[in-house]
Amino acid sequence: MLRKPIEGEKKVFMTGNEVVAWAALAAGAEIMYGYPITPQNEIMHYWTRLAPRFGRKFLQTEDELSAGFTTLGGVLSGVKAFTATAGPGNTLMQEPMSMAEMMRIPSVVIIQQRGGPSTATVIYSQQEVTMTCFGGNGEGLRVVYSTASHQELFDYTIKAFNTAWKYRFPTFVLGDGYQAKMREPLEIYDPELRGIQLVDPEPYVVRPGIIGIDREAAHLRNTYNTEEELYEVISGHIRDYEAVAGEIEEYETWAIEDAEIVVVSHGVVSRAARMAVEELRASGIAAGYFRPITLRPFPVKHLREIADRVKELLVVESAYGQLQKLVQIAIYGSNASISGHLKPGVGVTAAEIVAKVTELRHGKDKGGIRK
Amino acid sequence: MNSLAQMPRCWRLASKPHKFCPGCGHGLALKALGIAIDELNIQNKVVFGCDIGCSLLAWDFFDVDTVQTHHGRTTPVIAGIKRARPEVIGIAYMGDGGGYAIGSQHLVNAASRNEKITVILINNTNYGMTGGQMAPTTLLGQKTETTPYGRTVEEAGFPTQGPEMVKAIAGENAYVARGTVANVRQLKRFFLRALEHQIAGKGFSFIEVLSSCPTNWRTNARDTWKFLEEEMTKYFKVGEIGVTAAEKEVAACPE
Ligand SMILES: Cc1ncc(C[n+]2csc(CCOP(=O)(O)OP(=O)(O)O)c2C)c(N)n1
Ligand code: SF4
Repeated sequence: MLRKPIEGEKKVFMTGNEVVAWAALAAGAEIMYGYPITPQNEIMHYWTRLAPRFGRKFLQTEDELSAGFTTLGGVLSGVKAFTATAGPGNTLMQEPMSMAEMMRIPSVVIIQQRGGPSTATVIYSQQEVTMTCFGGNGEGLRVVYSTASHQELFDYTIKAFNTAWKYRFPTFVLGDGYQAKMREPLEIYDPELRGIQLVDPEPYVVRPGIIGIDREAAHLRNTYNTEEELYEVISGHIRDYEAVAGEIEEYETWAIEDAEIVVVSHGVVSRAARMAVEELRASGIAAGYFRPITLRPFPVKHLREIADRVKELLVVESAYGQLQKLVQIAIYGSNASISGHLKPGVGVTAAEIVAKVTELRHGKDKGGIRK
Repeated sequence: MNSLAQMPRCWRLASKPHKFCPGCGHGLALKALGIAIDELNIQNKVVFGCDIGCSLLAWDFFDVDTVQTHHGRTTPVIAGIKRARPEVIGIAYMGDGGGYAIGSQHLVNAASRNEKITVILINNTNYGMTGGQMAPTTLLGQKTETTPYGRTVEEAGFPTQGPEMVKAIAGENAYVARGTVANVRQLKRFFLRALEHQIAGKGFSFIEVLSSCPTNWRTNARDTWKFLEEEMTKYFKVGEIGVTAAEKEVAACPE
């Protein structure tokens, strides 16, 4: 049986969903549990075609509750397991993920966001930010990577398994319908060749040994007798999360040093934002670019430093202020003002952002949805 | 014979005496299961999953690896473990609410996929932990907190006959039985058969256990046993389901 899915490095031209399947293989994922929903279906399609060649497994469950909980089972048994979903499936996935959060189960979930509730549209949106970062009953102790390109889908899917197993918090790769379906060039590679050490999984149950002789039986629970007992456990998780947040946080900036207005965006929208900022710079406007790569934990310190220096932030997203809220919380108390270019469920072009910034600079902003 | 008088070896002493109400059937069912685990000598290979509901009180009941999960989701957690690690012996333990109401989709689909796990479902005709509401198994005419005048067909349909349903779905592949805590010896035999079915890699096994809940039934010792042995068994037939006479004979052999 072949074990190494990718030898060396390869230039490829693929859809995002295919990229995720390759990345999960490269990361050493042993089993995928899944339930069909557009636009993530092809992750399962590619996985079911590729996985048997490398001795990996798949289970199609009856719904996303089950896909989430079977994934937790896989992880508990000590293998790298993952699932993928979108939209209403993400909603159902929040129940298992609140268990993962509380029991520190390193599950990996790929989300390819789509628009609106239930069927709504099956295409594109950035409306799953709040749910992915804070969904479920709990405190949102998760890691959420928002990717902007196929290269990042590959890189961060591999990283997600490492982050999950290293820190033991559920980890999400937040893509979207465009990333899922469009084709783009990228390099896929054997992570070890690039010095990326894959974190080994460990079983939570059925560890080697004999109970009562060389090991204790595992008693994993999420039931607590008193509020205080629960408080103590959650406080411990929060302490752990805060201690490592700085290590996990990632962001990207451009032309930020002397910027007067900074465009803040995430995911594919940041590709338009970057293009817009380049154009604005060429026309002499001191615009800058900031993109959080981790939406949870949010790179608060870095954005705050920027906000303390600049006059204005423009948040651009394909949602009605989900990123904007994170930004507002992060820079609370700073003097920078925040405006939004918020377009729930639709894409954003560079030209629109240029127009918006120009308008703001001339102090005559009127149109669009503003908070 | 003697084994019934003692605590199973795989019971965890530190968590005894257990936390179920006096007269509760959960303890007896877990005793039968404990003896079955001992007899098969599988303590190191079992992963025991318990639901929310009174079954969660079993999260530290055994000296076997245990995971307590969400209401109705024990079946997929155990199925997920088994799919990733086929050598594990997976036992999902739940109430009638957890298995027939909120988790019914998981039960139905695990059965039809023939997951090689053992599901044990405690039928006490009500939701115990939340204070005695109607369950899918509440008998017609039975009073609960949400059927204060007694369950009617018009409002709530017929009580779920789970093993019969599972057998219809899973067919030949499954080992299915209904036992009762009023006959622990027989119950243990059913558990043994179910676990052996799993160990042999044959497929799904499902055991419903008729059990008592004196707290919510508001019954004294005599009325508890009367309801369990006389009322419940009229509708819920105890025995192996869909097992041939020859197989039954083998099963009935003395221990
Ligand atoms: C999603 C969800 N809904 C409801 C509950 C509340 N709840 C806790 S236990 C329970 C009933 C359990 O009854 P059953 O499964 O029959 O087990 P028993 O307590 O009788 O052993 C319910 C509804 C919950 N914990 N989670
Ligand atoms: S409420 Fe009923 S089922 Fe729950 S422990 Fe008490 S007697 Fe047992």
